[in-house]
Amino acid sequence: MAIDRNSNKFTFIFAIIMVVVVGTALSYVSLTLKPLQVQNSLKKEMINILGSVGVEAERENAEELFYANITQRITLNYKGEVVKTSTGQIDPKDAADPFNVDVQKEFRDTELVQEERNYPIYLAEVGGKKLAVIPMVGKGLWGPIWGYIALEEDFNTVFGAVFNHKSETPGLGAEISEGFFQEPFEGKKIYDESGDLVSINVKKGGADPSNPHAVDGITGGTITSNGVSEMLKRTLGIYDTYFQENKTQLSELK
Amino acid sequence: MSPEITTVEKAVKKEAVKSEPLFSAKNKKLLTDPLNDDNPITVQVLGICSALAITVQVQQAFIMCASVLFVVTAGNVIISLLRNVIPSRIRIIVQLVIVAALVILVNEVLKAFLPDISEKLSVFVGLIITNCIIMGRLEAFAMGNKAFPSALDGIGNSLGYAWILIVVALVREVLGSGAISFPGIGQIKFLPQGVFDFGYANNNLMILPPMALIIVGVIIWVQRSRNTKLIEAN
Repeated sequence: MAIDRNSNKFTFIFAIIMVVVVGTALSYVSLTLKPLQVQNSLKKEMINILGSVGVEAERENAEELFYANITQRITLNYKGEVVKTSTGQIDPKDAADPFNVDVQKEFRDTELVQEERNYPIYLAEVGGKKLAVIPMVGKGLWGPIWGYIALEEDFNTVFGAVFNHKSETPGLGAEISEGFFQEPFEGKKIYDESGDLVSINVKKGGADPSNPHAVDGITGGTITSNGVSEMLKRTLGIYDTYFQENKTQLSELK
Repeated sequence: MSPEITTVEKAVKKEAVKSEPLFSAKNKKLLTDPLNDDNPITVQVLGICSALAITVQVQQAFIMCASVLFVVTAGNVIISLLRNVIPSRIRIIVQLVIVAALVILVNEVLKAFLPDISEKLSVFVGLIITNCIIMGRLEAFAMGNKAFPSALDGIGNSLGYAWILIVVALVREVLGSGAISFPGIGQIKFLPQGVFDFGYANNNLMILPPMALIIVGVIIWVQRSRNTKLIEAN
């Protein structure tokens, strides 16, 4: 070949061409697959929300079931005041839609000031029962944990809860995503008799079944269990004002 | 030498290359060697990291192996086709860019079409880039060989990698979870209920990474006791 493969000029030209070709190819692939990926993550979130209100959904029917069961999507600010209410079809591009609030990203972003944080809540109607679903994010032992808790109309009784995690220890902390850990949450109360928020404690060494504010922790998964407790307490604290206001409104109506 | 002779010589050379069958003994060896004598995991001890990380479930291990198969084979072919053009001073960077591009491609495709599995594999798909087997094959084989043998070498090595991973995953999933979950079918119990009635509990150690290392160790032991060629003289 006439070109000297080891000359600086050839090396530079080769590197430039390679980067341009590879870059173009990858951005093309990324752009073509983006809509599918966005759809996937939306459906995943829908399945999680539906799971907390006891509706089993698959990827295929997630959207349909979501619109059938979730009636209203609301964003609150850090004080618990309603900022935005949405109903109907979700537009994935509309950043203001409560469904598109990335709670995990906002939780990670320590620079974000309180005033700019958003807290979504979903109102659902499942089999004639009115429910409210709240997404939560917290810290486990190795990485983030998250979940959804569904409350009944009184904003006090827990209807269901689902948890998941990024990288908790398999067989230990990772068990928070299993049914045996999540089921005991059903029927627990987040307010005590005098109306103060006490949340639900994930108790090391096991909780008394008659205690309405505690569930069994996971042996060997104490830090993850504590993470769940902390996550519940902090998140419910933010929604406290909203719960109090809407609870009184409901009782006045009655 | 007259130019005629060189042309004749060239013609002879070409013919010699052509006459080599597609699956000659040499090419077959490329496929079969990495399965046993030159296995990337048990003999070369490469790619251990992923063997520990994603062998908790057979399903994950399988997708990982398929991804590695694609990346090694495609990478080998691309590098082999470019081997006469790549400036030798930046060849490692070129290999890295090609591997990284292929891995990103795999990751994007998994995210779009197999979101659940992609979630479970999480960072380990990205970490295929750092899998020593891939760079090793590119540098040691594809840089000096034609495209077809390189493709065979890629397939052979990833199959060698794959069978170890699948065996480790089988042992870990059966003993650790008591059942193997198949996509679309659900869990199928592999341990009879009697074993559990007798007092066996799912072995949590099996699910933790160290157990994979022990199983790989056992495989190496079995392999060496059967294949005496592998035992070092001292």
